[in-house]
Amino acid sequence: MMQLTKKIYSYKFLLPAGIIYFTFFLLPTVISLFFSLTRWTLTDWEFIGFENYEMFFTESSLNIGFRNTLIYAVVTSGLKVIFGLLLGVFLCTEIKTKGFLRSMVFFPNLLSTIAVGVVFSSMMHPSRGIINMGLKVLGIKGPDWLGNTNIALFSVALTDVWKGVGVATVIYIAGIMSIPRQYYEALSIDGGDSWDRFWNVTLPLCRPAMNSVIILSFIGGLRTFDLVWAMTKGGPGFATDLIASIIYKQYQAGFYGLSTAGNVILFLGVSILAFPLYKYLSRSEVDL
Amino acid sequence: MRKKLIKCFVEVFAVILSLVIFGIPFYFVILNSFKNRTEAAEMNISWPSEFRIIENYSEVLSTNHGVVIRAFFNSTVITVLSLLVLVIISSMAGFILQRRTGKGSNLINFLVLTGLMIPPAVVPTIWVLNNLGLFKTIQGLVFVEAALQFPFASILYKGFMATIPREIDEAAIIDGCGPLRLYVRILFPLLKSVTSTVVVLSAVTYFNDFVNPLYFLPGAKNITVQLSLYHFTSMYNTSWNLLFADVVLISIPPLILFIFFNKKIISGMTAGAVKA
Repeated sequence: MMQLTKKIYSYKFLLPAGIIYFTFFLLPTVISLFFSLTRWTLTDWEFIGFENYEMFFTESSLNIGFRNTLIYAVVTSGLKVIFGLLLGVFLCTEIKTKGFLRSMVFFPNLLSTIAVGVVFSSMMHPSRGIINMGLKVLGIKGPDWLGNTNIALFSVALTDVWKGVGVATVIYIAGIMSIPRQYYEALSIDGGDSWDRFWNVTLPLCRPAMNSVIILSFIGGLRTFDLVWAMTKGGPGFATDLIASIIYKQYQAGFYGLSTAGNVILFLGVSILAFPLYKYLSRSEVDL
Repeated sequence: MRKKLIKCFVEVFAVILSLVIFGIPFYFVILNSFKNRTEAAEMNISWPSEFRIIENYSEVLSTNHGVVIRAFFNSTVITVLSLLVLVIISSMAGFILQRRTGKGSNLINFLVLTGLMIPPAVVPTIWVLNNLGLFKTIQGLVFVEAALQFPFASILYKGFMATIPREIDEAAIIDGCGPLRLYVRILFPLLKSVTSTVVVLSAVTYFNDFVNPLYFLPGAKNITVQLSLYHFTSMYNTSWNLLFADVVLISIPPLILFIFFNKKIISGMTAGAVKA
């Protein structure tokens, strides 16, 4: 039988996938380790050791990317975890417009990032944009969302949350729906109110869903490029430059070695932050 | 009674709040794409004095020798070809990775999971494409798109494969089916439901992709939908009505997919998220 298994489930079936995945993903990843140590013009290279990395860590227009990327990832994933949970709980209650609202919250996720970036940049216009017009009606003077170096990064992050919170919400909804009814019944016999239901049943038992949301949105945040590029191109100054946008800028400027060093730093960063986070989160899950 | 009233009030408030936050941007874009240039430049949500629906949209479509239409064509070609490659490679991989376990499979599973997390190395990919003569070609982009979406798709296939009993394989083999025929004629048709999930979700991803065409497919001839919108932002920075009309046009294909495959998209995304 063993012989037969080997013959039927032949590794030959993996060949097409293997060739494509190796050539266009794994191979570039591996050789990036080498080319990040060179001055590189695609046709020619010169070995320069860790100079590119040194530059990345010392040059202030480059290393601002570390701080910004970390802030961006923490803010976007944090807000998606919280708002996704609130929306998820809300959209699991018995309301009439449930189906419509679920679709409405989810749909932005299917829009293209560039389109969302274009629309929000115009809504965030400091004098004419509808966000500040709306705030003016309430008597608040809105800030220059994308022009102020202190808040531009957060404005982009908020747009990201608007677009992506729908995924977080549907993951939570799936998690909440899988909680057995008996827990809620037991609680209502013991006389718990709706706060107890949320705090003692829903919250601890939707931890697996919450962990997926944290991991997915955190990694997504670390890798973000297109939204920033569509809204601010890294500006004003370098205020919204993320590692991924710096990689693109260095590529455009023809510094291929430097750009590749940024890439290596990004994927080492993602692995160093995401794997332990994943381990930690999956340990603290409660069994049903 | 009072408690019920408060509950009702909270509910109405939450519904209105979500409508404002998620509805206004759509209303804003669609309305402004109907306005004339000066009114759209004010970027507000007041009712337009005249509706220039046909004028605006036909101007977008005809601008620059129909660059938008060419972009739609290119994006469609790229999406369809990438889906074709993706479905073939990931369904075969999912089949073997689920049916066979062992040291080899563990290593492969690890490599697949890595692809789910770490971002691709950009310039080295260009170097590889360049050496293969595939840089700046549609085929090159198609292979990259298939490779990058492969981890997600093969994990979905692998998960679904587990629900198809091995007895089916055994019965087919006893009846004289070879491995290739078993996969093509018997198993692949049974995977129909997960295939449609992969196709719908990846179609949206490919159609909306900006980063990969930006890096791997530069050049006016091969422009894609998202790149055309991106170029419009600098070209039309005074004609917001046309820019918004383009945004609306570009959002129609995902909207159509969402209307027809709403449940499929949502369940596919949650399944992918939880398994990952």
